[in-house]
Formats: sequence, C-alpha cells, structure tokens
Amino acid sequence: MNLKPQTLEKIEKLIPRYPTKRSASLPICHLVQEDQGYISQEAMEWIAAKLGLEPINIYEIVTFYPMLREKPIGRRHIKVCRTLSCALNGSYEVKKLLEKALIGEGHGSSNADYTIEFVECIASCGTAPVVQVDEVLHEGIKPDRVCKFADQIRQETEQMKTSVSKL
Amino acid sequence: MSIPERRILLKNADQPGYSNHIDSYLGVGGYEMLRKAVGMTPEAIREEVKTSGVRGRGGAGFPAGMKWGFLDFKSGKPIYLICNADESEPGTFKDRQLIHKDPHQLVEGMMIAAFAIRAKLAFIYIRGEMFDGAKILERAIEEARAKNLLGENILGSGYSCDLIVHRGAGAYICGEETGLIESIEGKRPYPRIKPPYFPAVLGLYQSPTIVNNVETLCNVPHILRMGGAEYAKIGTPGNTGTRIWSVSGQVQRPGYYEFPCGGLTLGQMIFDVCGGLGPGRKLKAVIPGGSSSKVLRAGERFSGKLKDGSAFDWGLEDIPLDFDGPASAGSMSGSGAIIVIDDTVDIVEALANLNAFYAHESCGQCTPCREGSLWMKKITTRMCHGEAREQDVDLLQSISLQISGRTICAHGEACAWPTESFTKKFRDEFIAKARNQNKHADTNAKVSYSLI
Ligand SMILES: Cc1cc2nc3c(=O)[nH]c(=O)nc-3n(C[C@H](O)[C@H](O)[C@H](O)COP(=O)(O)O)c2cc1C
Ligand code: SF4
Ligand code: FES
Repeated sequence: MNLKPQTLEKIEKLIPRYPTKRSASLPICHLVQEDQGYISQEAMEWIAAKLGLEPINIYEIVTFYPMLREKPIGRRHIKVCRTLSCALNGSYEVKKLLEKALIGEGHGSSNADYTIEFVECIASCGTAPVVQVDEVLHEGIKPDRVCKFADQIRQETEQMKTSVSKL
Repeated sequence: MSIPERRILLKNADQPGYSNHIDSYLGVGGYEMLRKAVGMTPEAIREEVKTSGVRGRGGAGFPAGMKWGFLDFKSGKPIYLICNADESEPGTFKDRQLIHKDPHQLVEGMMIAAFAIRAKLAFIYIRGEMFDGAKILERAIEEARAKNLLGENILGSGYSCDLIVHRGAGAYICGEETGLIESIEGKRPYPRIKPPYFPAVLGLYQSPTIVNNVETLCNVPHILRMGGAEYAKIGTPGNTGTRIWSVSGQVQRPGYYEFPCGGLTLGQMIFDVCGGLGPGRKLKAVIPGGSSSKVLRAGERFSGKLKDGSAFDWGLEDIPLDFDGPASAGSMSGSGAIIVIDDTVDIVEALANLNAFYAHESCGQCTPCREGSLWMKKITTRMCHGEAREQDVDLLQSISLQISGRTICAHGEACAWPTESFTKKFRDEFIAKARNQNKHADTNAKVSYSLI
C-alpha cells in the first residue's frame, strides 16, 4: 500500500473521533479511493487490519455502495443523472450525446480518459438535467448544450494531462 | 408571482452579499439562540419544540418534539444526535440549499437540539455525492469550534458536544434512519426491524439516538426565537411552520419555494409560483411528495373528511400544500418534492424510470422488496421496449400489492406505491400501450422511448 502521507495523516486523525473503530471504515474507504482511484483487494486488507476487522467487513461495504469501486476508471468520472426529473428534461439523450462526443459512437461508455455513467437522483432536480464531473455538479445540461459542455470537459482534461506530464 | 413566499429558513440564502461563512451568519444574529439555549434547561427547550408542533421534514412527518420525548434518558448509555442529510428521495433538493447556503443555521439548530437531548456526540450524515456540501459543513464546524460554539464546554456552559460530518457513498437506503445508523457503524446499511430497534431506544451503538432531517433541525433556532406557541401560529393546526417545496419536472420555473404550511394549493404552486407548464402543454400527473408518493392524475376528484371532521371535495389543483392535504388525497407530502408531468409524457415510461430507481436501491434483505422491485422494473421496461401485454397492468398491480406491509423498512412501500398508483389511475394508458404495440407489431415500427 502506497498511500500518500496526507492520506495517512487524515486516516490517523479520523479513527479516534469515532466511538468505535469500525465506524471509520466508510470514511477510510473514501480516503483510499481518493488517493488510489479505486479500492484494491490489498487496500481492503490493509483497511481491515488498520481497524482490527476481517477483510470481509470492508469487502461487504465496498461491494454495497455504488460510489466505491474495486477497479480503476477513466481519468474523468462523468455521472449523468438518470432519474425522473432529469429524464423528463432529456438526460437519456444527454448521456448518449456525451458518449458520442467524448468517447466516439460505438465505443462504449468508458476509455482511459472518460468513464460516463448513469447515476440516480443527485438532489438537484430543479436544475435538471444535471451532470456531475468528478466532484463538480453541472446544472441545466440540456441536450442542446452538450456539444459545448463536452468541449469544455475535453479542454480541462487535456490541461490536466499536460500538467501531469510536466511533473 | 402572485403569492409571495414566506422565507424563514431560507431568509438569508440567496441574499446579495450573504455567504456561507460564519461572519455572515453572526451578522444576522446567528448563534444568539444557542447562547440563549445553554442558559435554559434541556427540558424547557424540549417543551418549546413540542409546543411548536414542528413535524419532521424528512418524509414521515412525525412531530419532532414527540420523537425527542421517546428518548430513553435513564438507560445510562450515551445519547446521539444524527442529522439526516442523505437527501436522496428523487425530486428532493431542499436540504442541498440549506447546507450550501446557510450551513451555520443547521449547525446552530443541531447544537441546540444536542443540548436539549443531552447528546454526547452528533453526526451529519451527508450523501456521498455532495462533495461541496461536506466541505462547506466541515469548514462551518471548524469556524464554530473556533468560537466555542461547539466542542468542549460550549459557551462556558459545561456542556460539550462534537459534531462529525459522515459521508455516505451513493446508496438511497442510507436515508432510512436505521440503515443510516448501520452505515455510521461501518456496516452494510441494512435497515433494522422495528420493534425493537426504534432509534430513540436502541439506535446508534445500541444507544438512544435521535435522527432528524436537515430542514427539521434548521427550524429549531427559529422555534426558540419565536417561542413554540408563536411558531405554532404559522401554518395551519397540526401543520405548523413553513415548508420548503422542491418543484421539478415539466414546469416553467422549477425550484425551491418556502411557504407556510397550507399557505397555498398545489394548483397555485404549479400555475402561479412555477409559471405553469410549457407552451401548449397540459397537466397530466403530479407526484406530490417525492417519487415514492402515490401519483395524482389531472382531472381526478378527491373527497372525504378532514381530521377536523369537515368534508372536502377537491380537484388536484385544490389540494392544500401542507402535511395533511396530499395525505387526504390518498398520497402524501413526504419530502415536499413535487414532480410535474405534462401530456407529452408516456406514463408507462415514467413508471419504468421510477421502477429502475427502486430496483437499484433495494438493499436486498426482504424478498418482497428485492424481487418485487426487480419484477416491476423488468415488466415496465419490457412494456416500453415494444413487448407490452394487456394483462401486464393487472400483473403489476398484483405485485405491488404484495410488497407493502411485508418488509423490514418502508422502502417496501416506497417501491410499491408508484406501481400501485400508476396502474390504478392510468390503467387505460397501460392497456392502450399494449394494444397500440400489437396493432403495429407487423410493421416493425421503431418503438420510441426516452425515459428508460
Ligand atoms: C427508503 C427511505 C429513504 C429515506 N430517505 C430519507 C432522506 O434521504 N432524508 C431524510 O431526511 N429522511 C429520509 N427518510 C426518512 C427517515 O427514515 C427518517 O424518518 C427521517 O430522517 C426522520 O427525520 P424527521 O423526523 O426530521 O423527518 C427515508 C425513509 C425511507 C424509508
Ligand atoms: S424493505 Fe427493501 S430496502 Fe427495506 S430492508 Fe427490506 S429489502 Fe431492504
Ligand atoms: S432527478 Fe436528477 S437530480 Fe434529481
């Protein structure tokens, strides 16, 4: 496990705040996923040992929660809300158009740069359809705005890549 | 807009120059009520909340003061307070506003509530997707801690209580209070069976626990400021205070609107406040209290007797927006989320969309909910994909009626009610869909669907 020192520090601070160590398991899963991009088997074993639990105790939560994942995904995580208020405003169309613009027609919904997924209602139904890109919520992404929106994401992503390669 | 809002909880939100930092909140008299509270006895605060009649804003509408009264103060175990900020009932987006725009109002409400129930520790369980919301709350807590408004020896009162922001991870069932508790304990969020696991008696870590919604707790400082009796004058008897309604779907001006309970009707909300439907569109249906509440069909009539014995005879537009109005019309006000559906929508598709949600979110402990929600999804999806059968409507109805009352938690009802009410009220459209597809079966016509 190669966690960044900041992540380790956050984990150490977190555990004693809770009445039981086990309560820290979900927050630690979040921190590990932020650090590594996903939660590997090794990571689950490491978290379990850290909290005096069995690996199954971590595995059962990683496999339950939609936001936790066992495999890496594309550089940008694009989550299109699928539920009724967004669907009524075109979210199925939005997802298709985003896939076409960012991944290419017939190439599925994920590649090294982008993972595009449907998620269920993210509590912004009044500004439907909404799309969350990584941690940022984008409101009112109607089908006719997708083209420009995709351009903006592509630009950001290229910038992220060049800043990483400069490091 | 003909009917003015009455903003109490959202008074500061969206005001020019108002930010979510503590200075803004202190500038409008923030935390004065916490100061007042620590000079009162916990019993006196609980009494004010009881007198206010404030009902839970999370979905069930249970009176908060009464809930606090169920706490077992003699167990010798620590007491916990949890704010339910999981906000995941489709259609609902009011807690997001309260958290993003005035987080200190929530922190103050929570610290007063914590003091009143003598909580040892308090949590805000916020849904995982609200990254910004969690950061805003973390910062608000540190700002409040620096001013001794939470943490050790709050305002010199001798009372100490910390507040932890705990993030969920995308599971709707964590909004159910006992699932939420399991989630904080670090387990799979499988709801617990009641009895015996009423949180007020056997909650977090098997200790007495109060779980309240964000909006409920944001009311607490205002109850103390006005006094319970004065607060109870807002709204109508049994439906006190204001509510923040989240309106979405197909209206001209969707959004969040705060009104006294019973201060307007569903029709006024849709047509006046929200500007009505799109050009040339007609109202077809309204889901009045979050996606699990039973659908109302335009043109339906609702009649019966109200709690006070008086008779009512309403059209959809006449239903008063309070707790009891939608309930009297056979639905519920739930989380205050109104989803408006116009006449361009295929009602079977709308149901299929919701069924996909509930099938995805069932935790899987109870067979009727796990299997039933999946069957309802599969059948309605198949109907939308060109293979509708006339008998599907009865099959769906029959499945829906075999779930509620037979499960551990109310997700059973939540997943059954849409199908139960859609198939009952739009029976004609389900049958027409099947007939229509049959008629065109040989033409290979492309089935159009956009909601599933
Ligand atoms: C399936 C399900 C989901 C729920 N989701 C939420 C939610 O997201 N937010 C919430 O406050 N209450 C939710 N509730 C209601 C809670 O169980 C609980 O009643 C509420 O948090 C109590 O707070 P209140 O009395 O202040 O309303 C949900 C209930 C069920 C059955
Ligand atoms: S009713 Fe559904 S969500 Fe609730 S405990 Fe049972 S299976 Fe889980
Ligand atoms: S339905 Fe998309 S945010 Fe609620």
